[in-house]
Amino acid sequence: MLSIVEIDYGTPKAVSANTVILQIDGKNISVPEGTSVMRAAAQAGINIPKLCATEMLDAFGSCRLCLVEIEGRKGYPASCTTPVAAGMKISTQTPKLAEIRRGVMELYISDHPLDCLTCPANGHCELQDMAGVVGLREVRYGYEGANHVFARIPASKGQKAAIHGRTHELVPNPLFSPKDESNPYFTFDPSKCIACSRCVRACDEVQGTFALTIQGRGFESKVAASQDNRFLDSECVSCGACVQACPTATLSEKSLIDKGQAEHSVTTTCAYCGVGCSFRAEMKGEEIVRMVPNKDGHANHGHSCVKGRFAIGYASHPDRITTPMIRASIADPWKVVSWDEAFAHVGSEFKRLQATYGTHSVGGITSSRCTNEETYLVQKLVRAGFGNNNVDTCARVCHSPTGYGLKATMGESAGTQDFDSIEKTDVVLVIGANPTDAHPVFGSQMKQRLRAGAKLIVIDPRRIDLVRTPHIKADYHLKLKPGTNVAVLNTMAYVIVSEGLVDHDFVARRCEPEAFAKWSAFVSQDKYSPEAMEAQTGVSAEAVRGAARLYATGGNGAIYYGLGVTEHAQGSTTVMAIANLAMATGNIGREGVGVNPLRGQNNVQGSCDMGSFPHEFPGYRHVSDVATRELFEKAWGVPLYNEPGLRIPNMFEAALDGSFKGLYVEGEDIAQSDPDTQHVTAALSAMECVVVQDLFLNETAKYAHVFLPGSSFLEKDGTFTNAERRVSRVRKVMAPKAGYADWEITQKLAQAMGYPMNYGHASEIMDEIAALTPTFHGVSFDRIDELGSVQWPCNEEHPNGTPVMHVDEFVRGKGRFMLTEYVPTREKVNAEHPLILTTGRILSQYNVGAQTRRTANVMWHDEDRLEIHPHDAEERGINDADWVGIASRSGETVLRAMVSERMQPGVVYTTFHFPESGANVITTDNSDWATNCPEYKVTAVQVTRVSQPSEWQKRFRAFSNEQQSLLDQSAAAQPADTLGQQ
Amino acid sequence: MHIERLITMANDIATYFTSEPDHATAVNGVRDHLTRFWDPVMRRQLKTFVTEGGEGLLPLANEAVEGLNVPAVLN
Repeated sequence: MLSIVEIDYGTPKAVSANTVILQIDGKNISVPEGTSVMRAAAQAGINIPKLCATEMLDAFGSCRLCLVEIEGRKGYPASCTTPVAAGMKISTQTPKLAEIRRGVMELYISDHPLDCLTCPANGHCELQDMAGVVGLREVRYGYEGANHVFARIPASKGQKAAIHGRTHELVPNPLFSPKDESNPYFTFDPSKCIACSRCVRACDEVQGTFALTIQGRGFESKVAASQDNRFLDSECVSCGACVQACPTATLSEKSLIDKGQAEHSVTTTCAYCGVGCSFRAEMKGEEIVRMVPNKDGHANHGHSCVKGRFAIGYASHPDRITTPMIRASIADPWKVVSWDEAFAHVGSEFKRLQATYGTHSVGGITSSRCTNEETYLVQKLVRAGFGNNNVDTCARVCHSPTGYGLKATMGESAGTQDFDSIEKTDVVLVIGANPTDAHPVFGSQMKQRLRAGAKLIVIDPRRIDLVRTPHIKADYHLKLKPGTNVAVLNTMAYVIVSEGLVDHDFVARRCEPEAFAKWSAFVSQDKYSPEAMEAQTGVSAEAVRGAARLYATGGNGAIYYGLGVTEHAQGSTTVMAIANLAMATGNIGREGVGVNPLRGQNNVQGSCDMGSFPHEFPGYRHVSDVATRELFEKAWGVPLYNEPGLRIPNMFEAALDGSFKGLYVEGEDIAQSDPDTQHVTAALSAMECVVVQDLFLNETAKYAHVFLPGSSFLEKDGTFTNAERRVSRVRKVMAPKAGYADWEITQKLAQAMGYPMNYGHASEIMDEIAALTPTFHGVSFDRIDELGSVQWPCNEEHPNGTPVMHVDEFVRGKGRFMLTEYVPTREKVNAEHPLILTTGRILSQYNVGAQTRRTANVMWHDEDRLEIHPHDAEERGINDADWVGIASRSGETVLRAMVSERMQPGVVYTTFHFPESGANVITTDNSDWATNCPEYKVTAVQVTRVSQPSEWQKRFRAFSNEQQSLLDQSAAAQPADTLGQQ
Repeated sequence: MHIERLITMANDIATYFTSEPDHATAVNGVRDHLTRFWDPVMRRQLKTFVTEGGEGLLPLANEAVEGLNVPAVLN
């Protein structure tokens, strides 16, 4: 079912500079060339009946309802498949058309259940609407004939037997298929199917999974998932595009079935990955009926994934904590307190810590899951309220190298393009990213472009899905050894320089000549020839040469990368190597090219923009910069510290040496997501006041002294900035369950610390950001409402935002080539730890899983598994699903094995979505040289078959049980009159 | 903080700059990096360590830290 508020124009929008003028029902209409007659009519307010057509799909022409008459042409062409032509004269309503349409509908309805009043689509069913539109009054064929509607049908005359005297014996209907309720989020009721193929086409054209098909011929045609499997057992990725496309109740959200039609719709932004999809929250009062991707959403164009569309149940999960709690020690039960008590307690504790241990003994951590406004306020609280710069964000452990590397080379810590740029790309280079799992909606757009002919280079240790997926095959898959990104990129640079593939014109015009000369000499060293590096990288020289030639000469080349680039000891070096390649080949500064970091979480870009790194004010301006500091001092009314503060890992070190005592953590779960868990929990245990603001009692909160219940993205106003620098609105659709939006909590804490903050609405925070940040000067809630979304820089020079950066010159002026020496990681395999562990994500789960684990998405992934190559498994006597111990020099954990040929021998892989998996118990303290981003992607391990959980897991379980019981005790002790308040 | 950790981090930075052919640029690169990204307490600790011998630091790191600016007063 389509959105309740969107107008469906029937066929996709055509883009053309040429305009065609035609006449429909006597009205003169002008539309771009390539527009269908159906769409041209709809844009003029003339609605031609339709069933198989929808704007989200290409025209199909199967339902024969949208027929029209065109003057001078024979017959009755389908308006959806007929493009406009100059001077056409079209009639959409004639007696003959009415007769044909009624005949078509009569046939449809003769094989459709008539339970409209109790049908979930009632009120928004396109079939019902069309029956009304064509004036269907009778079904002359009756309903008894061959049909898909009834489970049992009267036996045919030959079969009829007078058993027990009955003459109407019923037998199973071979055409009937029962309802498939296997998918947790939607049902498939084939009895209501009209075989319009919209679901099949959505799966092909929108999602690109090809999980659905029309099986059988003629009247036996039916929709089937994979080989006629249940949806859950099929290749379906549950993106929901088919459910959205379905014109009847055949595919219906279970939430719609439960709740009935929504009555209003609010446009907001998804709180999952860095694609930042725009959604329409379709509501009944304060209750969400369903989430429908916004077809006008600039990042997603009406598409979504299983997380954004369906996995929102966590927001109302019973695990949500909705009252503030405090305790003196983590061995004590929680005490439920009022908000005022909680604020006063934190204020007095942090003041006490600063009085006792010094100004710099406290700090704050913000999260990419927070809005821009929230992040901005946390760093403001730290800088202005605490008087130090000890603020950091979880981008520290994901994309901090992107910030460093892109700033050093091009001058701005952000991706260079918008997502739609890929429509003009000829060669897609994906390195260390798995878009179809981690950025699924952009992954679908990428697949569409690849199917349309763009070439593909994948650089990844694993055979990710993109390497071979229906109608896509990577031209090159450089299956490198983990930790050799820089080596591989240097060999590509070697080929580009030594084979004369450099775009010298671009380099001469746009880049620093000395830096280029130095770089060119550097990468031309013999040691970086693909042949010389083969043994280290595991990639054949021939493949490297082929890939380098393709990227340099194949037309517009665009690089997409993810955490497989950044989360290495050489993360920043790799980002710079990527930027070097793009500059050397002139692949910067126009549509179709660029360097595109795919951000893991929705607001990674935003949290970095908002000044949450300890050395930078909002807009990436260093704290030592006098003019900037004075600007903020004037605005904030206090002197500000001019030296960088502590990064997250520095905070842990400082906590362990006794100089860092208090931490305010908003929306981040460092005890699960940061490396070397035992080190992190030791640091947390060494602090005197850990304040956690979150939806749930997460792993970090188990070490906290104060818990402040936060609000989900549905409960507050704000903005998120996605991987394209696109600032989109988050809109409140229900009241905060705990009483306050997160920015209000930070504001109250600031007040309790004696620093005044008095914002009345999140928009006022954005106004302050805009006033103080040159790249945001033109951003305001009103402006975003006006444009739908806006990509920064948005200011006087770029009032409508900036889809592509570095167009005429780099932000830093001239592009700077950086040297990128390959330095093998310290994390080396040896006899004790002979395998390399690398980590990643899976489609159905998100990050630490705090949200998605509390939804039915666990049906796809309910535990983290260790993927291991059959050879390595066999050597160790490991079978699929065996329990295996994974030991590194940091620690040991136990997971179940998944034997998989996607792995290369010597490399094992796991996800980190479940805390008890302890993936970060094994990761080490190695980190990126420039930013301390942890080396999550390379850990030397040994894997052995085991029969019981690791020692850490046993301790983890005992500790978690204890913390749960302390929480339960607090609930039991809570006075009845405070229950349910605020 | 554990000095071993600071040594490792400083050496990692120095290792990046080792490929820089101009020695003065390399030294400045390391020093500038430490100044821009390290909390002054960490800088002071490392500088003190260098004045006491600096064993375990790469020569480039050592040289950079010798001229490192550390604020006189840390509040």
